[in-house]
Amino acid sequence: MFEIFGIPSQALFGQLLLGLINGSFYALLSLGLAVIFGMLNIINFTHGAQYMMGAFAAYLLLQNFGINYWAALVIAPLLVGIIGVLIERLFLQHLRKLDPLYGLLLTFGLALIIEGVFRNQWGSSGLPYAAPEALKGVVNLGFMFLPIYRAWVIVLSLAVCLATWFAIERTRLGSYLRAATENPVLVRAFGINVPRMVMLTYGFGVALAALGGVMAAPIYNVSPQMGSDLIIVVFAVVVIGGMGSILGAILTGFALGIVEGLTKVFYPEASNTVIFVIMAIVLLMRPAGLFGRSA
Amino acid sequence: MERALAPALLTKDRGSGLSLGVAFVAMIVLFAIGPFVVYPVFLMKALCFALFACAFNLLIGYVGLASFGHALFFGWASYASAYAAKAWGWPPELAVVGGTAVAAALGFVAGGLAIRRQGIYFAMITLALAQMMYFFALQAKFTGGEDGIQGVPRGRLFGLFDLSHEMTMYVFVLVVFLAAFILIYRIINSPFGEVLKAIRENEQRTISLGYKTERYKLLAFVLSATLAGLAGAMNSLVFQLASLTDVHWTMSGDVLLMTLLGGLGTVFGPVVGAFIVVAMQNYLAPFGQWVLVIQGVIFVVCVLLFRRGIVGELARLARVQL
Repeated sequence: MFEIFGIPSQALFGQLLLGLINGSFYALLSLGLAVIFGMLNIINFTHGAQYMMGAFAAYLLLQNFGINYWAALVIAPLLVGIIGVLIERLFLQHLRKLDPLYGLLLTFGLALIIEGVFRNQWGSSGLPYAAPEALKGVVNLGFMFLPIYRAWVIVLSLAVCLATWFAIERTRLGSYLRAATENPVLVRAFGINVPRMVMLTYGFGVALAALGGVMAAPIYNVSPQMGSDLIIVVFAVVVIGGMGSILGAILTGFALGIVEGLTKVFYPEASNTVIFVIMAIVLLMRPAGLFGRSA
Repeated sequence: MERALAPALLTKDRGSGLSLGVAFVAMIVLFAIGPFVVYPVFLMKALCFALFACAFNLLIGYVGLASFGHALFFGWASYASAYAAKAWGWPPELAVVGGTAVAAALGFVAGGLAIRRQGIYFAMITLALAQMMYFFALQAKFTGGEDGIQGVPRGRLFGLFDLSHEMTMYVFVLVVFLAAFILIYRIINSPFGEVLKAIRENEQRTISLGYKTERYKLLAFVLSATLAGLAGAMNSLVFQLASLTDVHWTMSGDVLLMTLLGGLGTVFGPVVGAFIVVAMQNYLAPFGQWVLVIQGVIFVVCVLLFRRGIVGELARLARVQL
């Protein structure tokens, strides 16, 4: 045990780790928001609710069908993604020609509906979800104890983020996607089914949120309001990073998680607000956001 | 892209404001009869929220700026006036003015930050700033944390009128509401208001015509925040309570719902919307979380089926301005 700036290393690294975990969720969620915004020009207010649905899906799959964590990691995002596709077909596709504000209002309404239904059904208190056996336990790194599940969350989220970045920036499908973001009419003229791509993009962004939810279930309790507070922080993250860049969204997410973790060590009172303060400063210095393309 | 955020695009001069006059008189008559038919506290609450929604509409309906953080101004004005009245023993008129001034100052800061980004970002920034101040209210000593500031004295207005009497309080709330309502009407029909509408329709073009749109937007934001604060201060006096509910994001959602339901960019829409939503929250309270679901459904239905809102649709059908 040693000290850094008068803080015991265990506390410092512990908070750093928590920061990285939060950062993983910020990155996953802001990435999903950025992908959706790029294609649909909509800020998906339902994102937090969809993250919560992912966690609930994992919980319910285990409770009702005995389906374990590993399977839930695939099935839950798939289920919530399908619901996302339905939402796009039923509601969002009708808003394409309208002011983006209406997309925000509609997805806000959907978030209220989903949260309300879940609260009616399962109450407001958190439900426990155990981490899988294989990931239980801690490793002693010498300078700190590292719970295996937390390390897994960071690694998995990083992997998923980078895979998404690769798929969008480096593959053929991704190039269609980027082209359709720039000029949907032209891409359609080349014989690519843009509305279907929009639909699937929304489903994919939503599935990312749900995946985050499954990963969060063993760390935080599963509760209906777990998404609504998180999504506001993620909005601030998105404002700081700017939604122009995929890599930017990932980096900003992790970085802000770490900053938040450090704030908990050095000035705990501000840990809830530090991200918002950073947002205000970024708005003053670089209104377009750190990775934004234009003001 | 179609600018659908312009339900007031109805030709302005048709009916030449006669419809507005008639509606205004009808509204006053209803408010005069109201307390003899309905519980006065309910009416006062609805009036406070009607004022809140009108202030909000000034921004979203006439400048096209969608704030998701107006609870910030409502809630903090509510805290400030409650604290001034209780801890410092300020008379009600000074407490309300003080709370409103706090909202104006916050509006200046939050507005200055938020107008640096457009469109969808504006909504996210206002929401994030409001959430920051929510946490501040949660942690600060003087707000009383989870308990809020309770037992705020209503006091004697100008040392003359005893506001603990429900009818006196009602008249006070009504007078403040009507004054603010007329002020907002004057603002949107002034040359300044015309520039705001021009910004809503086409900001680039307004800039090219030589208007410093940033200043107009900031002033509109501050005005909206100030009047939202006035509503919050009055509300804390009515309920003798300022609490975390007033600064929570759900409050921002509520005022958005009221305005959307009543009709964005209509004169009377926010009032109608506020009365409906407050009545709904009152009478559906026993159904618990279903209120949340119903509110969500109203959002979805409004966005998909009638974006003009109730008053906007009525005005369109009757081909008048309301």
